[in-house]
Amino acid sequence: MNRILLEPVDYAVLGVYLAFVVAIGVALKRFMRTSDDFLMTGRSMPAWVAGLAFLSANLGAQEVMGMAASGAKYGIATSHFYWVGAVPAMVFVGVFMMPFYYGSRARSVPEYLKLRFDEKTRGFNALTFAAMTIFSSGISLYAMGLLLASLLGWDFHASIALSALIVLAYIFLGGLASAIYNEVLQFFLIVAGFFPLVVLGLTDVGGWNGLTARLGEVATSQGFAAGAYTESWRHTASAAANPMGVEWFGLAMGLGFVLSFGYWCTDFLVVQRAMAARSMTAARRTPLIAAVPKMLFPFLVILPGMIALALTNDGGASGFRLPLKEDGSLNYDMTIPLMLGHYFPPGILGLGLTALMASFMSGMAGNVTAFNTVWTYDIYQSYIRSQASDRHYLWVGRFATVFGIAASVGAAFVATRFNNIMDFLQLVFAFVNAPLFATFLLGMFWKRATGHGAFAGLVAGTLAAAAHHGLSLPADALPGVKGGWFGVTARYASEMAQNFWTAIYAWTACFLVTVGVSIVTAAPREESLRGLVHSLTPRSADAGVPWFRRPGPLGAAIIVMAAVLNAFFW
Amino acid sequence: MPMDLDLRKPLGLLFAVLGLLLAAYGMAGDASVYRKSLGVNVNLWWGGFLLVSGCAVLAVARRGSGR
Repeated sequence: MNRILLEPVDYAVLGVYLAFVVAIGVALKRFMRTSDDFLMTGRSMPAWVAGLAFLSANLGAQEVMGMAASGAKYGIATSHFYWVGAVPAMVFVGVFMMPFYYGSRARSVPEYLKLRFDEKTRGFNALTFAAMTIFSSGISLYAMGLLLASLLGWDFHASIALSALIVLAYIFLGGLASAIYNEVLQFFLIVAGFFPLVVLGLTDVGGWNGLTARLGEVATSQGFAAGAYTESWRHTASAAANPMGVEWFGLAMGLGFVLSFGYWCTDFLVVQRAMAARSMTAARRTPLIAAVPKMLFPFLVILPGMIALALTNDGGASGFRLPLKEDGSLNYDMTIPLMLGHYFPPGILGLGLTALMASFMSGMAGNVTAFNTVWTYDIYQSYIRSQASDRHYLWVGRFATVFGIAASVGAAFVATRFNNIMDFLQLVFAFVNAPLFATFLLGMFWKRATGHGAFAGLVAGTLAAAAHHGLSLPADALPGVKGGWFGVTARYASEMAQNFWTAIYAWTACFLVTVGVSIVTAAPREESLRGLVHSLTPRSADAGVPWFRRPGPLGAAIIVMAAVLNAFFW
Repeated sequence: MPMDLDLRKPLGLLFAVLGLLLAAYGMAGDASVYRKSLGVNVNLWWGGFLLVSGCAVLAVARRGSGR
């Protein structure tokens, strides 16, 4: 692995950033009077702050580095994760779902399920979600420790301890508001750190046309059409014709519908940012404000990956090469840090790496703050102690931070010793998450859906996901954690295609079982559903708001922009 | 009590400080390191841009809170 040597100026940049992060926590401490202030910012965030945090909470470093790695592996088709797999769902949650999340005054997504369905549905969601946040935050720590150790030669344990302590300090002091403010800083840092990288890289390879020409040669040498890396849809008629190994239907339904709506519309990690907005209009605009930069992010994170692939295949002229794995194939994981090291001199290199560290920390902070709220309101207040003073719950929320971070550090160490346990857990969470959107869709738009129906649907969807995974296998994988443990009845061209289809089966099973069980169980009383279901909720009044600030027209404009981007890179 | 810490202030200040740091290093430091960045003194240019943007955000925030 190529080491990167940092100069004092790089450490100075990092130091300035870390000082700001903690100072924000200190400055916010005086506003933390009630559990509501600590766990929900007292619903006081302006729309632009909530919007950028909504985007940033998802911009953990694994996301950033993973998307650049996918850029190197699959080319511009990685943009499907943005223009198909994010933007439409973000518009949907803002325009159609936020009225119920925000309007119901629920303090969390599991609490919405309690209000709309019943206790068991909330319990199932709250417990799996809480476990998942700890797991993700642990994985984030682990990945950061690994990166800092291999790239900068820092001590693995010290890197983990330092970043865990910093995150602990600013959340313990300033709660969710602190996490949100720091997510906004992180958003601007990522832009400031990566934009010069893209400009330098594109200049180096001769602009988009130069990149297209170079990647055309790479594609033909691998037996694909020349545009396989630079055209996003044209080669998806068959899974064998594109490096991603997916076909358009699995892509549009699996990623564009089930997975993306399941994540952006139901995952409390992101939805919490919109629930913290200061008014209903601000809450509805939160995901829409996030969707605009989200649409432009492929240019910041995918292009460096594509440039890295072009440089690796230029016969040594640039001196840049992605490292190889043990089996001789390219290792894409470190694409972003290696590109930073290739183009950035000391100074701005510190800025780029600080941006990366910031995303590790705020990725962790996002999970910890979501965990705090679900733990305090949905688990502690619901099942452990329900009649305590608000002071008590503020205290519980604060100490949930300590517990959450300690558990994340524990998870990070489990990951170092037992990697397959982590792979297994990730798989289980994927099964649990896959059907969720069907539950929310029926809950919000079909007043006949019942608590028994929702719970049975979630269980059936989770089982369907597990069953499909157990019966299918990606090409050239062995039965095991990749699938096929019941026997192989279907083969997919890639793991990604298998995931898309697992999601489609899970969603369909959850939808059908929820409908079926709801019909045979007693209908919920209509008066208990006001504000929770579309047909029983008065339309939110947009009167007096100019059209360009209303969620509907804004959302439509964003969809048109995403369609234009898809068409341009078709 | 509403949370009235205007985020634009720390945001502007952070980028002004980082920009100043990079621009100063770009002016003072050894120019041979810029072979990597295609001969462009990215620290000076990008640091300068961040400094100006940071100050602009601060100015807007001050005007906003003065009203």
